Amino acid sequence: MTAPPKQRRKPPLGIVARPGSSLLNKTGSWGILTPVFDCSKCKGCNTCEIICPEGCIRHLEKKQYEADIEFCKGCGLCAAACPADAIAMVSKQS
Amino acid sequence: MRKMIEGSRAVAEAVGLCRPGVISAYPITPQTHIVEELSQMVADGEIDAEYVRVESEHSAASVCLGAVAAGSRAYSATTSQGLLLMIEVLYNIAGMRLPMVITGVNRAVSAPLNIWNDQQDTLAARDTGWIQLYAESSQECLDMHIQAYKIAEDDRVLLPVMVCMDGFILTHTYESVDMPTQEEVDRFLPPFDPLFKLDPADPVSLGAYAGPELYHEVRYIMHRDCLGAVEVVKEVAREFGEAFGRWDGDLIQPYRCDDAQTVLVAMGSVVGTLKEWADRHRARAEKVGVLKLRCYRPFPRDELREALCGVGNVVVLEKAVSMGAYGVLGAELRAALYGLPGAPAVASVVVGLGGRDVTMSTVDEACCRALAGETDFFAGLNAELLEER
Repeated sequence: MTAPPKQRRKPPLGIVARPGSSLLNKTGSWGILTPVFDCSKCKGCNTCEIICPEGCIRHLEKKQYEADIEFCKGCGLCAAACPADAIAMVSKQS
Repeated sequence: MRKMIEGSRAVAEAVGLCRPGVISAYPITPQTHIVEELSQMVADGEIDAEYVRVESEHSAASVCLGAVAAGSRAYSATTSQGLLLMIEVLYNIAGMRLPMVITGVNRAVSAPLNIWNDQQDTLAARDTGWIQLYAESSQECLDMHIQAYKIAEDDRVLLPVMVCMDGFILTHTYESVDMPTQEEVDRFLPPFDPLFKLDPADPVSLGAYAGPELYHEVRYIMHRDCLGAVEVVKEVAREFGEAFGRWDGDLIQPYRCDDAQTVLVAMGSVVGTLKEWADRHRARAEKVGVLKLRCYRPFPRDELREALCGVGNVVVLEKAVSMGAYGVLGAELRAALYGLPGAPAVASVVVGLGGRDVTMSTVDEACCRALAGETDFFAGLNAELLEER
């Protein structure tokens, strides 16, 4: 009968992080601006969705784009990149 | 097996015997022979490792970090500017608690440019969390590499080890060394069994963010484990002695210190010179001894207090200076002795910077001036060069 494997220490504190933390860490609270989409001007080019560094812009319908405000940090790249000027960055406080 | 080989070759062979999985290094004088030998050994199929050529030491250390993170035993060697270039990665490796071994070949730092030996480079890494061992001879150096992996990979440690050897003095000289066999090393050093690693089947992140609510504790644990590594360094040195029949001390090694009233303290190859000096003075019935500091990090405070209690004068000969403050080793020794009843007077003497030869007369000057009451000075200065400067 083989001896049971030796009990090893747990990894030192703060060294190993399990996956999934990005679902819990709501970075939306970091932003002071939030994007507002004017769908009447939208061309459906998908540039905003591609350029968002957080991957929080999506569309369920053609020319119906929205940002996931739980994770949007308000960087404004979508608004700056939109060729139709269809996105406005608005202060969250207004 | 006994062979007469260059110190660099001895290190390369010892590293090969440790069965590294990944070697990544960038050449820099005087470490170059080590990594050249290793690359030839890999190319010739003598070592079964992946040799990753990189464009800088920063990348070499990063490759090694990644290799260990993925569960492979890794090795690199560096010096001076190369060590300084990779220093942020050294902090990362230690902070991520990844065990690996780097040979720190001691060379002066620029500016001005100097390729010769002193210890300013590895001492610049003293706060990183790396364990640091300083070798007196090529034999001790090759033995240290084998011990280093065992120390680093111990669950109680999980910190990388830097084996420090004096550039040119040890790397480029030939010494008769006893090289262990592969079987002997395999018996002493089992394969790397990582406590944690990057694995697509069980994904984790290593070294991620730790905010103010966590970082303080993480670093406390790291410091605690580094301090605790003194026990592992001692254990591994003892086990090595039993397995291979060689003992060069563990944390410190006293030489003729038993009834010494003056003790010289130093690290690295200069200890050999000091032992010769001590023999000459003992032959004149002077009570002198030499205390080799073999393990610099963790700093063996308790062992130094015990060894130096009751000694009249300690003369620290050191090859580095913390500019604007003090000789590094002298300052740390004084701190370690603080509050010890019967503590010696400690003189901190900077010698041998930039490869300036440390001779018998350098040591004579250091001791004369120290015993006359000088506490912090450079010995071996060329007065002519200092005129009107």
